[in-house]
Amino acid sequence: MINPNSPSTANSPSTASTAKKICSSATYGSSKMPLYNYILIALVLVMSVLPQFMDAYWVAVFVSVGLGTLLSLSLNIILGQAGIFSMGHAAFYAVGAYVTAILNTRYGIPILYLLPISGFASAFFAMIVARPIIHLRGDYLLMVTIGIVEIVRIALVNDIGGLTGGANGLFGISRPEIFDIKIKKGEQFYYMIWSFVGVTVILFHWLNCSRFGRALSCIKEDDVAAEGCGINVTRYKLLAFMIGAFWAGMAGTLFAAKMTIISPGSFTFWDSVLLFAAVILGGGSQAGVILGAFLVFGLPEIFRSFAGARMLVFGLALMVMMIIRPQGIIPPRPRHYKLSKASQNKVDYALSQIQDSKDAQPTCSVHGKGEENL
Amino acid sequence: MELFIQQVINGLAIGGIYALVALGYTMVYGVLKLINFAHGDLFTIGAYLGMTVFVSFGLGGIVPIWIAIPLVALMVMGLVAVLGGLLERAAYRPLRNASRLSAVVSAVGASIFFQNAIILLWGANYYVYPEAMRPSVIIDLFGMGVPLIRFILIGASILLMLVLYWFIHRTKTGTAIRAAAIDQGAAKLMGINVNRIISLVFLIGPGLGGVAGLMVGLAYGQIDFSMGFSYGLKAFTAAILGGIGNIPGAMIGGLILGLVETLGAAYLTIAWKDAISFFVLILILIIRPTGILGERVADKL
Repeated sequence: MINPNSPSTANSPSTASTAKKICSSATYGSSKMPLYNYILIALVLVMSVLPQFMDAYWVAVFVSVGLGTLLSLSLNIILGQAGIFSMGHAAFYAVGAYVTAILNTRYGIPILYLLPISGFASAFFAMIVARPIIHLRGDYLLMVTIGIVEIVRIALVNDIGGLTGGANGLFGISRPEIFDIKIKKGEQFYYMIWSFVGVTVILFHWLNCSRFGRALSCIKEDDVAAEGCGINVTRYKLLAFMIGAFWAGMAGTLFAAKMTIISPGSFTFWDSVLLFAAVILGGGSQAGVILGAFLVFGLPEIFRSFAGARMLVFGLALMVMMIIRPQGIIPPRPRHYKLSKASQNKVDYALSQIQDSKDAQPTCSVHGKGEENL
Repeated sequence: MELFIQQVINGLAIGGIYALVALGYTMVYGVLKLINFAHGDLFTIGAYLGMTVFVSFGLGGIVPIWIAIPLVALMVMGLVAVLGGLLERAAYRPLRNASRLSAVVSAVGASIFFQNAIILLWGANYYVYPEAMRPSVIIDLFGMGVPLIRFILIGASILLMLVLYWFIHRTKTGTAIRAAAIDQGAAKLMGINVNRIISLVFLIGPGLGGVAGLMVGLAYGQIDFSMGFSYGLKAFTAAILGGIGNIPGAMIGGLILGLVETLGAAYLTIAWKDAISFFVLILILIIRPTGILGERVADKL
C-alpha cells in the first residue's frame, strides 16, 4: 500500500520530475529502451498511415472505435483507477454532445470552442449528480448510475425546456474548423480523433503517475485504509468522476460534430454497458483499455461475415474472453519506485554485508528498486 | 375514485411481475453477490417459449384454457430454469473466484448472446400472443370493467411468492440457501454443498422469471426481443428498493414499484413513466441505502 504522502516520494527535492521519470522510464532495470516503447512507436506509425490502405467503410469504423477508445479511457479514470463502479458514462457523453449541439445550432459557436465548454458542462453535471451518491458502495452505485443514464435519456426524449428536440434529436450541427480547414471527410475525422486519443493517453499517463493517480490507486485498493492515510476519499472520488465526465463531454462534442445529427438513441444504457465492458475486458491499464475498446467496438465489424449471428458470436466472445482472462487482457503493472542514490548505496552495502557474512543469496531480488505492489 | 382503483389493480398486476423477476435477481445476488444481467433476457425467453409451446402443441384445442395455461406455465418454468442452470455452469461458475466485475462483463456477454439468439430464432419483430391464449373476460367490479386476467396475474404472482417464501423459510433446502447467502464458508463447514445451492438458485430464479415473461404476454399481448431490458432494470430496482438479497423485500419492493409507477404515470406525468422508478431508486438509496427491509450490514473494515 502506498501512501501518496510517503516519504520516499515526497522528500526528494524534485518530486514531480522524478516521479514522472520513474513512471515513464524503463522499469525493468536495463538502460535499453524497453520493448513496450518500440511497440508504442510502431503502433503510432501504423495508425498514422492506416487510412491510406482502407476504404471509407473501415475509416468510418476506425473513427467510431476512436470515439469508443476516448470514452473508455475516460471511464477508466473512474472505473479502472479509482475502482468506482459506474455504468453511467453515456450520461456524461450525452451532456457533452447536447451542450455542443444546442450552443452550436442556436448561437453558432464554433465546435472547437465548444470542446472545453461541453467538457466543463459535463464535469459540472457529474459534480451535481455524483455528490449525493458518491458514498454509496459497489453495486448500489452501479444501479444509481444506470438510473442516471436512463433519467438523462428520458429527459432528452421529453424535450426538456424545448431545448433537446425530443426523440428526433437535434440536427444541423456544423463541422469543426482547424486553421480554416473544414473537417468533414472521414479521413480528416480519423486523424483528428486519433490525435485526440494520443494526447489523452499522454495526459492520463501523467495523471496516473501523479499524486492524484496514486491516491486513486490507494482508494481502489481499500478506501478505508486510504481514508486512514489522510486521503480525502470523497473529494478524490468526486474529482475522478469529474475528470472522466470532462473527457466524455469532449468526446460528445467530437461525436456531435462528426454526426451533425444527434438523438437520445445514441446515449442509452447499452452504450454505457459496452464502455464498461471495454474497460473491464482491457484490464484497467491504458494499453489494455485501448485494446478493450478495439475489441468491443471493432470486433462486431470483423464478425460481419457471420451476418445475423454476429452479435451472438460477439456475446459468446465476451464471455469466453472473460473466462480465459478474468483480470482483463492487460492489467496495470505494479507501480515501481526507485530508491534515491543515497539509500541505494545503503541497500547495496547492506546486501554485500549479508553476502559476506552468511554467503547467502540476498532475499531482496529487486536490485536497487523498492518494489511496491498496488 | 374509479380511476384510482383501476390504477391500483393495474399497479399490483405489473408489480407482481416485477416482484417475480426481482426474486431472481435478489436470490442470485444474495448467494453470489452478482448482478445477473442476463436475467432480463431469460424473462424474455420465457415470454417467447410460452407462446411457442402453446401454439406448437396446439394446447388450445385439446384441453380447456384454464388447464392449458397452467400447463404452459409449468413447461416454461422448467425450460427457462434449465437455461438458467446452463448459464450458471457456462458463464458464471468459471468466474466464481475472479473479481466481481469480470463476472458482470461475462453476464453482459450472456445477455447479448440470449438477445441475439431470440432474434435468430423468432425474428426481430413484435409478436402478438394468440387470442386463444388470452380470453378477454371482463368482470364487473363496482360498476367498473376490469379484465379478469389482471386478477389472475395478481393471484398467481402472490401464490408463487408464498410458495417460494414457504420453501425458503420452512424447508431444509431453503434454510441451506439462506445459510449460503449469509456466509458461504461457514455454510460449507456445516456440510452444505454450496455449489448445489448456487445451481438451485439459478434454477429457481430464472424459472420464476420465465413465468413472469409468460404473464407479460398474457396480460399485455405483445412481446418483443428487447423487453427484458426495461423489465429487468425495473425489477432490479425493485430488488434494491426492498433490500437486495432479501426475499420478502423483493416481493414488497416489486409491488410498491408497480404501484408507484402506475399511479405516478396516471396522476403526475405519463411521459416520465419510465423514469419514475429510477427517481424512486435514487431517493431510496440516498435516504435508506439498505432498502426497505434490508438490514444494515457492517462495512468492510
